Amino acid sequence: MNKLTSTNTLVALALAGGVVFGGAALADVDGVLTINGELEIVTKTTPPAHLADNLDEIVSGWVYRAAETQELQMDDFDNPGMLFVDIAQDDWGTVEGTEGKSCATCHDNVEDSMAGVRAVYPKWNDEAEEVRTLAMQINSCRTERMGAEPLKITKGKMARMEALISVQSRGMPMNVAIDGPVQAMWEQGKEMYYTRTGQLELSCANCHEDSYGLHIRSDFLSQGQTNGFPVYRLKNAKLTTAHGRFKGCVRDTRAETYKPGSAAFNALELYVASRGNGLSVEGPSVRN
Amino acid sequence: MASGVKPRVKVPKTAAAGSAVTLKTLISHKMESGRRKDKQGNVIPRSIIHRFTCEFNGAMVLDVAMEPAISTNPYFEFEATVPEAGDFKFTWYDDDGSVYDTSKSIKIA
Repeated sequence: MNKLTSTNTLVALALAGGVVFGGAALADVDGVLTINGELEIVTKTTPPAHLADNLDEIVSGWVYRAAETQELQMDDFDNPGMLFVDIAQDDWGTVEGTEGKSCATCHDNVEDSMAGVRAVYPKWNDEAEEVRTLAMQINSCRTERMGAEPLKITKGKMARMEALISVQSRGMPMNVAIDGPVQAMWEQGKEMYYTRTGQLELSCANCHEDSYGLHIRSDFLSQGQTNGFPVYRLKNAKLTTAHGRFKGCVRDTRAETYKPGSAAFNALELYVASRGNGLSVEGPSVRN
Repeated sequence: MASGVKPRVKVPKTAAAGSAVTLKTLISHKMESGRRKDKQGNVIPRSIIHRFTCEFNGAMVLDVAMEPAISTNPYFEFEATVPEAGDFKFTWYDDDGSVYDTSKSIKIA
């Protein structure tokens, strides 16, 4: 108990003195993420071409977490996000809506039909002539093909369905297209990323590009990559979607946030996803 | 009856005779403590897993009495010595009378 107290005092002193520990206090910056002892995850790699002037390396948020949090993601038995994947597996085969269909009616086996899907979303949809996030695509299936109610963008049912779909692409490199018909929306997302907002006048880039690896209070800033979404967060013991996280971030700049599922957040999701092109899909990942 | 209850266990497939192996178990269960109230102010009745046991070839390895303060999805990780090949049997006892069990075999390497 004495030891604990003295450690806390030290941390408090360091914070009061404005000392930033940099890499020294990071749990395991050189750790390698292997899931279930067999699936190797790329957590650090060279940035995509559009980021080459801004970053030397793109890094998964996993790297910035404490050792015990990192370990939770190394084994599916320990990863609490997988409990939600299990529930979504049941949802996959559940008939809903007026058409008498379930996900499985059209897409059959999720392991085969959804492999690789998470890695390329958000993605242009030719028929609808719009960029679709994974959430939009899920809801389009529900409303147009199943005749069911759309799922709420940041709620548990949507998050776990995204987790089920993500897990089929785990280990595959993020590969979101940024040219052609999606370019205008990508530019809009980029603009948002670098625009300071809120009373604190912070842009996404101020924290996640200029200051990653440094302390934000007692935590470490990550690069804000989305390859691990949906994430199981220890702080609220449930899955969080990318839009839910965006909302939290924007709120923390003391700005009015955009609505999850809004065009603005869809554009931001596309841009942020493209910043992670090359990192492995990790969802559902474990973060604090 | 509590819904969405699913037992999960992780047992190594093989072990050296006489060695200790790590067993991990989790049962998805809401573990309603019986101390919370709903919006109308009525007490939500207690509904928990109150006992968990692990047996190896019929011999008791672990017998746990669980109380209402235990969180959702109770997780147990423990070690057991494996003298011979056989089956681990895991059993969870629910307040509502349901009994959930699952078995895993282990071989001697």
